[in-house]
Amino acid sequence: MDTPTSVEAHHDPHAHDAAHEHHELGFWRKYIFSTDHKVIGIQYGLCGLTFLFFGFCLMMMMRWQLAYPGQAMPVIGKWLPYIFGPSSMPDGKMTPDFYNSLGAMHGTIMIFAGVVPLAFAAFGNFVVPLQIGAPDMTFPKVNAASFWAFGVGGVIMMISFFVPGGPAKSGWTSYTPLADIADTGPGHNAIFNGQTLWLIGFIFLISSSLLGAVNFITTIIQLRAKGLTWMRLPFFVWAQFVTAFLLLLAFPPLEAAIVMQLMDRVAHTSFFLPAGLVVNGAPAYISGGGSPLLWQHLFWFLGHPEVYVLILPAFGIVAEILANNSRKPLWGYKSLVFSVLVIGFLSFIVWAHHMWMTGMGSAVSAFFQTTTLLISIPSVIILSAFFISLWGGSIRFTVPMLFTIAFLPMFGIGGLTGIPLAFNSADLYLHDTYYIIAHFHYIVAPGTIFGLFAGIYYWFPKATGRKMSDFWGKVHFWPTLICMNMIFLPMFLQGMAGMHRRWYDGGQGWNVSNDHTIWGLTGFEWNKPISWAAWIMGLAQLPFIFNFFWSIRHGEKVNDNPWEATTLEWTAPSPPPHGNFIGTPVAYRGPYEYSLPGRERDFTMQNEPIAPAERTRRKTPEELVPA
Amino acid sequence: MEIPYTVSNRPDTGLWNAKIGIWLFLASEVMLFGGLFSAYIFLRIDAPPGMWPHGLLNVPVGTMNTAILIMSSVTVVLAWASLKMRKYNAYWWYMLATITCGVIFLTVKLAYEWPQKFDHFGIYIKPEALGKYEQYLGNAYAAEKGLPPRLEITGHLHNRAAQNDPNIKEYEVALDPLNADPTNPEMDRPHFWPRSATEKIATIEKEDVQYATMFLPRHSAYFASYFTITGLHGLHVLGGVLVFIYMWLPVSKRLYQQNPEHLANRVEVSGLFWHFVDLVWIFVFPLFYLL
Repeated sequence: MDTPTSVEAHHDPHAHDAAHEHHELGFWRKYIFSTDHKVIGIQYGLCGLTFLFFGFCLMMMMRWQLAYPGQAMPVIGKWLPYIFGPSSMPDGKMTPDFYNSLGAMHGTIMIFAGVVPLAFAAFGNFVVPLQIGAPDMTFPKVNAASFWAFGVGGVIMMISFFVPGGPAKSGWTSYTPLADIADTGPGHNAIFNGQTLWLIGFIFLISSSLLGAVNFITTIIQLRAKGLTWMRLPFFVWAQFVTAFLLLLAFPPLEAAIVMQLMDRVAHTSFFLPAGLVVNGAPAYISGGGSPLLWQHLFWFLGHPEVYVLILPAFGIVAEILANNSRKPLWGYKSLVFSVLVIGFLSFIVWAHHMWMTGMGSAVSAFFQTTTLLISIPSVIILSAFFISLWGGSIRFTVPMLFTIAFLPMFGIGGLTGIPLAFNSADLYLHDTYYIIAHFHYIVAPGTIFGLFAGIYYWFPKATGRKMSDFWGKVHFWPTLICMNMIFLPMFLQGMAGMHRRWYDGGQGWNVSNDHTIWGLTGFEWNKPISWAAWIMGLAQLPFIFNFFWSIRHGEKVNDNPWEATTLEWTAPSPPPHGNFIGTPVAYRGPYEYSLPGRERDFTMQNEPIAPAERTRRKTPEELVPA
Repeated sequence: MEIPYTVSNRPDTGLWNAKIGIWLFLASEVMLFGGLFSAYIFLRIDAPPGMWPHGLLNVPVGTMNTAILIMSSVTVVLAWASLKMRKYNAYWWYMLATITCGVIFLTVKLAYEWPQKFDHFGIYIKPEALGKYEQYLGNAYAAEKGLPPRLEITGHLHNRAAQNDPNIKEYEVALDPLNADPTNPEMDRPHFWPRSATEKIATIEKEDVQYATMFLPRHSAYFASYFTITGLHGLHVLGGVLVFIYMWLPVSKRLYQQNPEHLANRVEVSGLFWHFVDLVWIFVFPLFYLL
């Protein structure tokens, strides 16, 4: 061992490889400050799930205010002021500022502390090295640094709930000049105020993603097993590869913007403040000369690729589970790979479609409308390939497959409802209404999060050696699916009726709402069933939480390949020891060789050598990769 | 367990791990500084006539710093080449030279250039009061010559208490040469050699002042971008210097004795980073000092 980066002690809790020399690591090195990609993946996963639930709780609180505006929240209402401070919910009634804080932090936490760590970092860390037959990531210490940067960022975001004035309240997009002047003045600390902490926390979250992205790309390029050529990579690996590039190249401009907003707030520069700005009725004493629009450009330059950061890992998970449970090869593997690459490229040149309302001019609008419509083509190819993959399959309705099958139409609804928003003229009407909320939540909630649930049920046996309960999985799935649609489907109608997404009173004071009814309820009255669906969906997550923790120790014990899958991670022991594989994995064939004719079993794993009869049409690994 | 290809090449890619890693990292750094430079362009295009200052930075010192940074890029390559030839002593000296260049650059920046700016005062006059200070601004002359309007009086603030004391009603400023003699054609363009403030004192009433501050980031969009970009660049220089110091200390000699190629690889990777930092400065220098 001449390389300090790889001086790692061996540890194998299940003693699969008795020949190895065993050196016990202490609890802290093994489970907390680990450099093992599997432990880091699980750490990311647990943190991500916790943040997801926390972000969901913030939304459940907002749903009370929307359905019953101005009324005291029952039961927990009187306790919340003790947690979030007396000015958050006096007498259990939510203040407008606190409502804004909840909205901003719901978005921030869900996206940057919940879904990205879970979809990209957790699944990527745990699954990618196993799927490509690698012993670990290329830079294990950088990997640990990435996790701890994420931890610091998450803690700073949490601390911001407890500073005077409460957490950030200018929306998850933190538009300037509003965000520049929020949380300043009397009663606010210069650094320890909501918006400034939001910015500082973000710098850590971005650094974490950056370190992770470098590590993922290098790992996929360098540590693929012998014979695992690019076109033999599981689609999940491709999805993570493109996701990593998006994070690598799209996040830094936001980091630049965040540094500038931080300068605006701490050093009193005017990057995003125009000359002649009036605050609270008085002209602000600033140099001016900045541009509020600059923030929007830099924010959405990340913001749009970020959408694909959220959805591509889910595509990857769905692809794995679809092929496995329909027992046939994924339809159009190469089209899928090229589509995902095209999405990755196009996602960098569509950002201004979030900014139709700013009046950028018809030439700029025409350009971004065109690219936005172009990017729907590869997305449709991917979804169609998934649907066609089901055709003629012998489908196993396992719990991961249920979530996967539900993902397809849900993502379809989310995607198709986005097309009107791609057009400048249609968007002018729908902009900032509940239609937008419904559209992107169909992508990220029943879309991405269903993909993530599917992935958790699917790879749980690899991480623990035990399966999660099927029964409780179904108890989790059905109410979640029904409630998701009860929450987001009516929002399309509310939005098309004109309800604005940021109304604090849920539209109670909105005159038009009383003139129109949708299926017997006015726009405002629809808030009640939506809110109840959200709360019931919260309850429906309890079987999942129970199932998750209970199955770690008491789930049904299964072998190394319980789903009869083909990819390399299923050739490793469950749970895989440090270093992952017992021998050196070699890939001889593509990732989805299900139901090969003339075989005893309906799945052929990637590491099964080519039978002599197959030789005529296949190359050996040595021919493909000179090693 | 050992990660493959930390030192040797993977045959089909022809690269070792960290070399791919650093190029990816640099790609993201390009996007980071790209974001900041595009902000600079955006703000500069947006700036109204007369609101983008020129000639406020010390060009000779900036030129010297540019030369120092370029020199350090040469020495770091020589350090790497020495390691490849297994000449540790030469490596040690070249690395020391690189570190020294980095430290000189930072010292000049933080101990000389920045504090000099922090000590300089700028006063934007209200549009309606511009005529009152025509003797310092020379706007009629500027309009005649087709120069941008002059909205600001700069120099050294004599009564420093005026900044925070509302009872003091005026600023007393030892004027910069331009404001001391605004109709002198010598002052039409900034010069390579900086000129120091004159003895001529101007009194400017606070009620005529739109905005007054030292040359801090808050002074203008120009200084906001200057301090943000050079500050972030300075942090990168500092990071590079710290890494070089680690690789120059005896700790790394032990790695050299065990596996010289590994140390050479580390120097190569950090050298690539150093060249990038150098390249950023090659953009910073003309954008802020010259243009």
